[in-house]
Order: sequence, then structure tokens, then C-alpha cells
Amino acid sequence: MGYPHTPHQRETTVLTQYFGDADARTLDGWKKRGGYKALEKALGMAPADIVNVIKESGLRGRGGAGFPTGMKWSFMKPGDGKPHYLCCNADESEPGTFKDRELMRWTPHALVEGCAIGAYAIGAETAYVYIRGEFTEPLYFMEKAVKEAYAAGIIGKNAMGTGKRIDVHIHKGAGAYICGEETALMESLEGRRGNPRIKPPFPAVSGVFGMPTTINNVETLIAAAPILMKGADWYKKMSLSSPKSTGTKLYSVCGNILRPGTYEVVMGFPFKEFLYDVCGGPMHGRKFKAIIPGGASVPIQTVEEAEATLMDYEGFVAQGSMLGSGGVIVIDDAQSMVTVIARIARFFAHESCGQCTQCREGTAWTTKIMERIRDGEGTMEDLDTLLEIGEQMTGKTICVLSDSCAVPVISGIKKFRGEFEALIQGRRFHPVVEAVA
Amino acid sequence: MAETKMVSLTIEGRSVSVPEGTTILEAAKQVGVLIPHYCYHPGLPVAGVCRMCLVEVEKAPKLAPSCATTVADGQIVHVHSDKSLDARKGVLEMLLINHPLDCPICDQSGECELQDYTFQEGREDSRYREPKRFNPAEDFGGDVVYVPNRCILCTRCVRFMDDIAHDPVLNVSERGDRALIGKFEGKDLTHPWAANVVDLCPVGALLSKDFLNKARAWELDRTASICPNCTQGCNVIMETRENQLVRMRPRPNEYVNAFFMCDYGRLNYRWMNEKNRAERPMVRQNGALAATSWEVAISAAARAVNGKTVFVAASPMLSNESLYLLTQLMGSGSGAFRVTEGDEAPLAGVPDLALRRERAANVNGAETLGFKKTKDLLAGLKQGDVLVVAGEDLADIDASALSRASDVVVISSVLPEAAGKASVVLPIANFSEEEGTVTNLRGRVQRFTQARQAPGETRPSWLVLGDLLGAMGKQDSFFLPSDVFAKLASSNKAFSGLSYDTLGFKGLPLATASDTGPKTPIAVGAA
Repeated sequence: MGYPHTPHQRETTVLTQYFGDADARTLDGWKKRGGYKALEKALGMAPADIVNVIKESGLRGRGGAGFPTGMKWSFMKPGDGKPHYLCCNADESEPGTFKDRELMRWTPHALVEGCAIGAYAIGAETAYVYIRGEFTEPLYFMEKAVKEAYAAGIIGKNAMGTGKRIDVHIHKGAGAYICGEETALMESLEGRRGNPRIKPPFPAVSGVFGMPTTINNVETLIAAAPILMKGADWYKKMSLSSPKSTGTKLYSVCGNILRPGTYEVVMGFPFKEFLYDVCGGPMHGRKFKAIIPGGASVPIQTVEEAEATLMDYEGFVAQGSMLGSGGVIVIDDAQSMVTVIARIARFFAHESCGQCTQCREGTAWTTKIMERIRDGEGTMEDLDTLLEIGEQMTGKTICVLSDSCAVPVISGIKKFRGEFEALIQGRRFHPVVEAVA
Repeated sequence: MAETKMVSLTIEGRSVSVPEGTTILEAAKQVGVLIPHYCYHPGLPVAGVCRMCLVEVEKAPKLAPSCATTVADGQIVHVHSDKSLDARKGVLEMLLINHPLDCPICDQSGECELQDYTFQEGREDSRYREPKRFNPAEDFGGDVVYVPNRCILCTRCVRFMDDIAHDPVLNVSERGDRALIGKFEGKDLTHPWAANVVDLCPVGALLSKDFLNKARAWELDRTASICPNCTQGCNVIMETRENQLVRMRPRPNEYVNAFFMCDYGRLNYRWMNEKNRAERPMVRQNGALAATSWEVAISAAARAVNGKTVFVAASPMLSNESLYLLTQLMGSGSGAFRVTEGDEAPLAGVPDLALRRERAANVNGAETLGFKKTKDLLAGLKQGDVLVVAGEDLADIDASALSRASDVVVISSVLPEAAGKASVVLPIANFSEEEGTVTNLRGRVQRFTQARQAPGETRPSWLVLGDLLGAMGKQDSFFLPSDVFAKLASSNKAFSGLSYDTLGFKGLPLATASDTGPKTPIAVGAA
């Protein structure tokens, strides 16, 4: 993990190698550590070859959906006469996720390099980095890094003296969760209200300013450089499990756990060992009750499910959840699941853009019912209503924010129904008392 | 145009073949299946936000929004399957949870799509037990008032102002369930076409101040007509309640006005309800006008006109039929008309659609039939001519010019003050009370029909003029306006080949016209 701790011995530090190392933030320090070698190599290759290496490596999107990155890049048709754009999604707003923040804080040049490689590979001359508005520190370091890179001629009109043009622009968001959704991000980037667009057309056909666009997560782009340097096989071999999930993944761990922080482990790492060994297990005298493994919008796992999980895209799905963005939220036996879920629902109700009916009304309605149950005023019918609203909110809207609100509610009611019923039936549920009894 | 590829699909068990790129919703219309929708409007860019038009497409993983999904060969679409009905039921319930359900005091009631679809396929009860959201009503300026509690945020109004009017006044403010339609600071809905947002609003959130609390939708009688207020000739529906015109709304016609009409035309209907009317035929006796029967008045008029040189001061509001009969009446004489003018106000998003400078429906018709457009109406009146005043109010006319006339015959719906000299007054129906055709500035001949009963003993102008010509021995009387039009079509080259049957309710261009062909709104700003 690095700063403020030394990495755990079972971590595999590829992207997080220089966390805590302030010198790596500067251009000179970054170059000393082998920085921009990958970009130099990339600019000497044909774009199609870069895409093939990435395809071969099995790198998948680290933002949540897990779409194969090489395939995404290959959707960009070279020579179609249109300007192409690369967008880097650094609007990391998923509750419980803070890996991109750390990457940009400690290794801003890694992202500049990743953007440049990505842009070159898809035939784009312009890359936009859309940084979350609240990220003041990452923004500071990123702006500095871009400035340094321009001054050194690494990016710009004549990137690394190869005559190729690669511009990197930093765009600061204004603080909306929905702008992390790729099409809303593009709307916001264009200066409009951040409302998700209807797909199709997909960004590869019509993205930023109506032009073919590829949009990648910070972690995905940064991972491209080591893959180019060390080869696809090296990356593939790091996986302990499924060949469909390769390389390393950053997890930001928070909640009721002894050592919260950002960790990097290889795909297929056993979740049980990750929680109890790498992250230090529960706090003294507590037991884990539930885990939300991929940011607030994935299904909640019971601790039994979590302990049986192998940490990769397929492993989390097999145990009733999703890898998502890798934002692990740990909930121990001192917490009320109803309170947790009500708070998550409130977040989504607050952040819904309000376009689609089911999301606009459904998220708010869900929140009102959840908070009523939390306050001891619920009825048993409310649980059925919640499940039905959740059903209406799933798979029917433009983007998945609506689904994201329904998912924790539905999985929460299914897996922790007892807690809901206790509150409804007037037994003032107190998790700590319950746990001791 | 290049040959368009046709795509065949099945919607609700009916096969349909439509051009490539058509949406499922539009394809379904062609086989008579109406897919419920709110945010979709054929004249606006697609938003796809209400999620009401979700349909089940076989082999697709999710329900598809039919307004935003284009057809594909071999698609099998189910509009009323359990899955899609269930989704729409869910949308309707969600739309109603914060809706005040104040239909009894809502102007939209009876013509409200939220009401219609809820009755059609909504739940009979609501499971919502929480307090409802409340926002106060807001004056949007112009003719529009906004009631946010009824709003379903379909954003049709926002898209109209942005993409059709090119005057971005409205926006979606706030987000999530706090969202509402907002107005940019310091701006009002004062665009000359802004009141269209009231028609576009599928619910009672945007209301016309002019129509506010005036009538219930089910009390209205609706008549297909043409807006008489400028030369554009927008197709309208005249809505009357107890024989009073209470509202005019646009009627779609892709050749003239797409789906829209301007505020000037929309709100300028009260003159057709005028109460101070000439209601009985009158003849001058012992120096004063006295009411008499139609037979007496017609023969008196025939005597006054027969064998004299006639000068007709006509109104450009009269139908082609009446103007044609007036040309028969004037024989070797001459005719002129004048027209009030105002500023032209185009609707930016639709080509060749504007509130025109000349504010009367049949300027082109009058000119085509040989009337001279003039500023000084009576300039052509020579000493000793008989002046026939047809529909003209003679306002601001110099009395000395009038004195050149040897006699004055008034054929009008309102008795002009300057007509004190008249020997005969023949009261006629006004634009809303008779049937006929008008010719717009691009030469499109369009029918309008009778929306109201004419008061007193007034008669349609074509009938009066036909009878007058009959009494003069010039030709037989007519029984129907279509007969007059048939006669016009057979005797005037410009109108040749046209008839009421072929005109239908979208009209046809004159043989000599410069009609610019079909118009569809150009959606700008859409992705």
C-alpha cells in the first residue's frame, strides 16, 4: 500500500510502487524511476501494435464495468477523417473508492504517460483528464505534471521529438457523482449539464463533441505503461485465477477494519486473506458482518460470501456481487444494516440527475421508505414495496445510477431481512447488544 | 433523394415496412399502435427520458425505449406484453407519487396524457405513503404559467425553446426528485412563439394564462380551421364553448406550420367573438337605415349596383370564394384592399415559418384574383362610382374620399361608422362563422370550416354575393361554397385543377405557386 504504511508483503506493487515517495511526483524523479520509457517505446510502435499488446495482456477496465481495454481501443477506426479523443475518467466519486486519488497524488506523471500512450494508440491528438471537483490535491499535482511534461516536450505539438501531436488537458468537474458516468462526463466536458446520453450511439461512434471517443479509467491507463514495457505475458501471468482477469488491481479499503487504505493485489487473490491478513482484520472485539466489495453501487455480500470470494471480475460475481471499482466498504457487527443502506440510498437520491422517471422518483421514494424503517415507523408491506420499486428501477433507465440505488437495497433486504423486521416490529434493534447477546 | 432502404418488422403481430432509421414508435403508429409516451414529440429532438415508451423487443436483453430505438429487420416488438405493461405501470406510479392529483381544478384535465394513460394502464391505487414534494407556481412571463407540482419533467418545453425557438430561456434546475423546470435569470417566455410550450406540455404543468380556468376540455367544440391573423396560414383548431371562441391551437401540417403557431395568432381571436355586429339586412328609407328582409335588401343592392361602375373595397380576410364573386360583381370596375402590418417574427428551427408582416389570411388570394394592394384604400374610387364595401371596416378613411361615391353598398359583418351613407347593408358571417378557402403567401390554398353559429340573420358571404349576382342576372345562386370554388377553379387559371375534395385539410398549392414543399422541423443542438 505504501504511504502511510510500508506495503504488505503479499501485495504486488506495480502501480503503487512509488506511493509515499514524494520525489516520484516530479518529472526528474519520475524519469529516474524509468518514467516515460514506455511512451518512448509506444511512439516507436504502430498504434495497432500497441492495441494488440493491450488486447493480449487481457487488461480490463478498472472503473467498474470491466470491459476489455484492448477491444475498446480497437473500436476506434484509424483514418476515418474525424478527430479522435481520449477521455480519462478521473471523476472518482463512487462511495468507498479512493484508488485513483492516490494514483494521481503520488504518480501524476504515470497518468500523463498513460494518457499519451492511450491517445497515440487510438489515433487521438487530444486527451482530456476529467478530474473530480473535490480532488484539489490530485488536481494540483496533475496540473503541475502536465505543465512539466509540456515544458520538457514530452507532450505537445512534437511529443518526444517524434513529430506526433499529443495534447493533454485537465478538466475539473463541479462535484456531481453522475459525471463519472461516461456519457454524462462527456456532456459535462462539453459545458452542458451532466446528464447521461442515450446509447447508442456509443462513445466510440459519437463521443466528445460528437467525435469518436474512448474513455478509460485512471488505473486502466496507468497500467498500459508497465504492460508495454514488460510485455503482455508478464501481465497475464500475474493472475492467480481466471485467464479473463489479469494483472493487478487496486482496492481502496474503508470502514470498520483495522488498516484501511489503498492496496494492490493480483487478480484472484483470496478475499478472506485480503481482509484478515493484508488489511488486518476486524477491529478489536468486533466481527465482520457485511462487505460491499466494489463501491456503494454493487450488491452487499455477507461475510460468508466474502470469505469464499476470489478477488477478480468473475470471483465477485460468483459470490453475489461485483468487482466494481474496487472500493471495499467493510461493515462490522456494531452497525445497523438498515442505517447503512438508508444512507447509501440517500446518496443516490441526492446524486440522481433526474432525467429518467424511475430514477428521479424511485431513488427518492426508496430513501424515504428506508429512513422511515430506520426510524422505527416502517411496515412489513414497505419491504415488498421496496423490492418492487427496486425491480422497476433496474434495467429501465438511460444509465445505471437507478440500478445502483436498487442493488444495495434489494441485496440488503434479501440478506439481512431480520434487521429490517426487527426495526419494523418495534424491537429497537441495537447491533452491539444483539452481537453480545 | 437517394433510394431509402426499407426495413420490415412485426409490431404487436402486425407486419410493417418502414424506411431505415425510423424509430419503433413511429413505425408502430403506421400500423395503428400507439405506444404511450411523454417526452417524445415528432417536432422535437429525442430525449428518451420519460421511459414510458419502453417496449419488449424479442432477443433484446432489456426493454427498449421505442422513441430512441431504430427499427431493425425481422424485429418482433411487443407493446402490450406483460413485461412492457409492467414497466409502464411502474413509470405511471412513479410519475404520480409527487403529482398533486388535482385534476378537478386543472385546466389540462380531459386532454391530459397523464390522466389518459393512467386510466388506460396505470395502477388503481398508490403505495406512496410519504409527504409529497411541493413547489409554488411560477409566472414564466408571456402567456405561460408553470405549476411545478404537476410537472413530469419530460423537457419538451426546454427542447422547444432551445432547439426550435433558439431562445434558451428554460432549463432543468436542481437534480434528482428536486428537479423542476427553471427560467434563466432575467429571462421570460416572451419569444413570439413561446406559447407553443403550453401545447407541447403533456400535463397541466404549463398553462396558458389566456385560457386559465376558462373552460373544461370536454365542453369544447373543435373545428379545423386556418389562423386568419397573418399570411402564413397556420393550420389551427378553433375551440368554442357555447358558441364563443375560447382558444386557438395549432393543427399539424408539415407543409405550412409543422406543429406550431405563433402567440400573436393564437391570442388574436377575440375579434371573431365581436358582439357589436350588423345582424339584419338594412335598406335606406326616408334618410335612415331600416331593417328589412333579405329579399328586399338583395334586390335593393342589385338595383344600386346594376349598370354602374363598381369599386370594391375588399377585406383580405375574405375567402377566395367571396373575393371571386366580388370580381364578378365589379365587372369592368376595379377593386382594392389594404392590410395591417406588423413585425415579422420567424421561428428559427423551422424553415419558412414566421409570423408574417401582413396580418391577414388571404392577401395572396386577393392579389391573385386581381385586387390591388394599396395603402390608400379608396384611391381607385372615381367620381360617381358605386362603392361596395366588403368586409372592410373603413377605419381612418377620409370622408371626402367617400363622398366621391355615388352610392355605397356595405357587405360586412360589422357596420362601419363611415357607412352612414350606405343605401344597403348586407350582414355577413365573419371568418369563424363560414366555410371557404384562403391562399397563403406561398400560394397554398387551404380550407377553413365553420366554428361558430353566425348571429341574427347574417349569412355566409359567398351565399350573399351569389344571391346578389343572381338578382343582377349575372349568374345562378350557389348552394354550397364548394360550388363557388368549383366555378372559381374552372374560370381562373391559377386555381385550375383544385377542388374541396383534393384540397383536403392540408391544402394544395396554386398552379402558379412557389410553395416550398414539405417542411419538417430542423432539430438543432441534437447529438
